[in-house]
Amino acid sequence: MNKTLCALLVCWSALALADESAVKLRPGNNQDVVARNCAVCHSLDYIQMNSRFLDRKGWEATVTKMVKVMGAPIKEEDVPLILDYLDQQYGKPK
Amino acid sequence: MGINRRDFLRVGSGGLLLAGGGLLVPAWAKGAQLLQPAALPDGARESALLEALPGKVPLIKRSYRPPNYETPPEYFREVFTPNKAFFVRYHLANIPEVEARSWQLRIGGEVESPLVLTLDELRRFETVELAAVCQCSGNRRGLFQPHVPGVEWSYGAMGNARWRGVRLRDVLNKAGVKKGALELVLDGADGPVLEKTPDFVKSLPLWKGLDENTLIAFEMNGEPLPHWNGFPARLIVPGWTATYWVKHLSSINVVSAPFDGFWMKSAYRVPVGKFPVVERFLSQETAANTPITEMVVNSLITSVREGERLPLGKPLELAGIAWDAGYGIRQVEVSTDGGQSWRNAELGTDHGRFSFRPWHYRFQPRHKGRYTLLAKATNRIGQTQTFELIANPAGYHHNLVHQVAVDIV
Repeated sequence: MNKTLCALLVCWSALALADESAVKLRPGNNQDVVARNCAVCHSLDYIQMNSRFLDRKGWEATVTKMVKVMGAPIKEEDVPLILDYLDQQYGKPK
Repeated sequence: MGINRRDFLRVGSGGLLLAGGGLLVPAWAKGAQLLQPAALPDGARESALLEALPGKVPLIKRSYRPPNYETPPEYFREVFTPNKAFFVRYHLANIPEVEARSWQLRIGGEVESPLVLTLDELRRFETVELAAVCQCSGNRRGLFQPHVPGVEWSYGAMGNARWRGVRLRDVLNKAGVKKGALELVLDGADGPVLEKTPDFVKSLPLWKGLDENTLIAFEMNGEPLPHWNGFPARLIVPGWTATYWVKHLSSINVVSAPFDGFWMKSAYRVPVGKFPVVERFLSQETAANTPITEMVVNSLITSVREGERLPLGKPLELAGIAWDAGYGIRQVEVSTDGGQSWRNAELGTDHGRFSFRPWHYRFQPRHKGRYTLLAKATNRIGQTQTFELIANPAGYHHNLVHQVAVDIV
């Protein structure tokens, strides 16, 4: 796939959020960081669907896979914020 | 550039009864009460909706983007799954709407004469049709205990259809596979949103590609493939899980070394020796794990739902489907007392060894109260279903004996 198409698709992904408006993540700290990063490639119902059974380590494995394997352009400093949110809002109950 | 058409139709309570294609929503879907197994993760049950993609009836939405939609269990009361109700599964969200007239299939790599085929040219090969189950490797993943991450499917990431197309073997023979060829690398028109994301590319052992039942299909149940199921052509690998059934097939590259893409070397792998399979993908196998290949034998009770109340004095029609990797279903046993005793169900019409096989068993409940109904299939090589889950990291091959409890009132 060419670069222009990729660029278009990233734009499209952002626009597509409107159509996924049925997905409402739980309000919490860093919800915006999660939405901004994760929704580049997939709808946020992936998070809901995978809850609540992953502990922080489990979510860390998922986020690491997204960065290292799937090439998600997540800034290093955003990773702990994303993990805090996922663990608090969608993590295995402690 | 058409990606996902966005005009989804949601079925709310008392909701709309017409879907995109003008199909009537079946009676059971009216009101859109979505019953889901209690064993699913809470979040999976809460985030699921009955929702129609364009050209589809309302299916169980697992994720919007990429689209992952599951067939509601009621559709499995028929042996063949309607195209409009057939499950949808994508890994990556860039899904072009391929046009039949501009579509091309490239066959290259270790061949004497590389080919570029249009749909019309593909259709000139001998056409064959067969019935086969297309089942996601992770069907029923959501029922794994402990839960494993992924698309949290219930029972419906599968379907059975009559696939019409041409033999991959005939196409490969026309191109002339060179000596030393080992695998076929298969790519479809869909791809990732980001350039860095590994494209969904699979490989198949050459010997499996040369199997007379491995097809490039362009029709499903007598109609062109729906967009969401791989229009205009997809691979059909009867007996093997759907991960190999590449949709929107665009290229076949013949290679002489094991293909090392992410979706082969890291994804869709199971521990070596844990599952009873005959056909293995040895060029991709390591000491620890191996690509998933054949489906394990399985069955589903479809005539009654969990918690259903049925009147005493009326015979109970227990019915369902069974399937395996293509050895053929030999026997389906049912229990009406929670597994204490078993009886043989009667097998229905045989639509071919790769198809769902219907079965039924009629009995007369003798008393009021709860009846726990079970079904267990065995195939012609003696493989059967399990009573305890075989744990594996990605949640594949769930074939626990299906159990439904009903109340006789």
